[in-house]
Amino acid sequence: MGKNLYQKVWDEHTVGTLQDGRTQLFIGTHLIHEVTSPQAFGMLRDLNLKVKYPKRTFATVDHIVPTDNQQRPFADPLADAMITELRKNAEEFDITYFDLASGMQGIVHVVGPEQGITQPGTTIACGDSHTATHGAFGAIAFGIGTTQVRDVLATQTIAMEELKVRRINVDGELSPGVYAKDVALHIIRLLGANGGIGYAYEYGGSIFDGFTMEERMTVCNMSIEGGARCGYVNPDATTFEFLRNRPYSPKDTEWDVAVKRWESYASDADAQYDDIVNINAADIEPTVTWGISPDQGVAISESIPDPAQAKNEVERASIEEALEYMKLPAGAAIKGTHVDVAFIGSCTNGRLSDFREVAKYLKGRKVAEGVKALAVPGSQITAVICKKEGLDKIFIDAGFEWREAGCSMCLAMNPDKLKGDQLCASSSNRNFKGRQGSPTGRTVLMSPLMVAAAAIEGEIADAREVFSVN
Amino acid sequence: MSIPSITQVSGTAVYIPGADIDTDRIIPARYLRCVTFDDLAEGLFRDVRTDPDGKPLNHPLDDPQFQGANIMLSGPNFGCGSSREHAPQAIRRAGFDAVIAESFAEIFFGNSTGLGMPCVCASAEEIKALGAAVQANPKLEVSIDLDAMTASYGDTIIKVTMPDSAREALMSARWDPIQELLDNIDSIETRAEALPYV
Repeated sequence: MGKNLYQKVWDEHTVGTLQDGRTQLFIGTHLIHEVTSPQAFGMLRDLNLKVKYPKRTFATVDHIVPTDNQQRPFADPLADAMITELRKNAEEFDITYFDLASGMQGIVHVVGPEQGITQPGTTIACGDSHTATHGAFGAIAFGIGTTQVRDVLATQTIAMEELKVRRINVDGELSPGVYAKDVALHIIRLLGANGGIGYAYEYGGSIFDGFTMEERMTVCNMSIEGGARCGYVNPDATTFEFLRNRPYSPKDTEWDVAVKRWESYASDADAQYDDIVNINAADIEPTVTWGISPDQGVAISESIPDPAQAKNEVERASIEEALEYMKLPAGAAIKGTHVDVAFIGSCTNGRLSDFREVAKYLKGRKVAEGVKALAVPGSQITAVICKKEGLDKIFIDAGFEWREAGCSMCLAMNPDKLKGDQLCASSSNRNFKGRQGSPTGRTVLMSPLMVAAAAIEGEIADAREVFSVN
Repeated sequence: MSIPSITQVSGTAVYIPGADIDTDRIIPARYLRCVTFDDLAEGLFRDVRTDPDGKPLNHPLDDPQFQGANIMLSGPNFGCGSSREHAPQAIRRAGFDAVIAESFAEIFFGNSTGLGMPCVCASAEEIKALGAAVQANPKLEVSIDLDAMTASYGDTIIKVTMPDSAREALMSARWDPIQELLDNIDSIETRAEALPYV
């Protein structure tokens, strides 16, 4: 019987079995950032421990960086203290650090792939739940807590239980104007925000075969929104082409050897899965959320749910709670909902292809009066290429603020925050209560092009109509 | 380095109902602007406890009857979303020793176990009944027994569940795995040498 990629990578990285029954798993690549690592270094010092494999950890700064003015010291002294701490830790423990002055800084999940640090057949951990993004390359990548960041720093291993694997096939064809983000939101809506607990998601089928690496990253990124700690796509020619000539990719003769090895990690044709889900791509429409959990989504043509039509008491209560917070009328069309802010960016949709795709349609259009529109590239390198291609100008001419790289309004740890109960059309990944920085702020998740459509119309709109996508 | 084994947690409970209570709600992101975990208790559920003007929202955590509670009760998928360990750290630092919920998000569960804070699951009906009992009598003694895998209050005993490995780790004082991980340093090095990319 064949093995799937998860099992192959798991077995190759197993150090042993701990006394409580968990596996001691070797972490090939460790990524750190300023929010979840300082305490881990503190614990290391308290225990008088060193970093075991400093070359296997890479640091960057993303969550707290301002995107309007990155001159140090930052206006927020707490943010400035965090970045100072990260630099100190990186220097003291000899860790590669892509800082603001490096030209390579950015959201950790954009930087890893961009540098070629993210590679197939590896285990990747980071104190950040969106680490599953790196699974797009056929890696087993997952978020960990700070105490586990300590464990990785000190031993390059963690204690972990093996997950089950659910294969999710999406086959057929996506209609024009339907993007990887819609696929992610559709899967989460279908399987629920907790449907993936205990599972790694293996994404496949003709849609994933045809996806670019950036599209694969968008879907893998949101695995955790469906409860799956890790999600991946089997490595193929698309993967290898993306990695060719990246700074940390294997070079020369090592390249061919690496590609051969990477190919061997792909799930075997007769691999077994604990569960299989089949989705017809033709059923996926541009999808937007209406509630306070990423699984509360509808197609743009659908209406906001009515609690009166809930299947049971639990569902009724959860719809009511969401609609009360979102201040949305039950049963009404989601299309036409007034929008105050539009945000394009984040580790889900802040990559070069996202800005290129939106720019194609944004030329000559104007953001509606009263809408604050932000475009935030996911990394400094993304920003440079966007500038070179003149994309920044297209966004600025349309009325977007073009910002510098960072997580920005995805989680609003920097000054980019909603005010009061503003409603934000957002290309990010979470619509939790208060997620975008205001305790009463409202988030509607959607694809970057849908965000652009909402920015132009001043209300939630069907990008296919606004931009005549066909 | 010695840590205590954890087999029983007893005390009083507070019920925070709701599905999919995410870690942003447990500790809003602005409280993450810190380099230690020391002052996190203040941020616990902050934005559902007070409105932006500081007006109390009558959250169970602020109900005088439930002051001193050390067991938290909640609904399904508790702790979903962000991996921030700040969430269980805030719960712990606010005086809680255990959480009983319908289910837990995985990263939150692992982080909590690593802090020696057991998270056990019970059915929706049982949590609702326990919540009602606690509401009726806030001083009700609630006890979680990891050996028997039960939670008891008054004359009622309910079954709770938890993955075997976490249960074993808590009961055998290995919930902080660092020492055992370090002890295996030779195997770690062997594994590293065998990995072609390391």
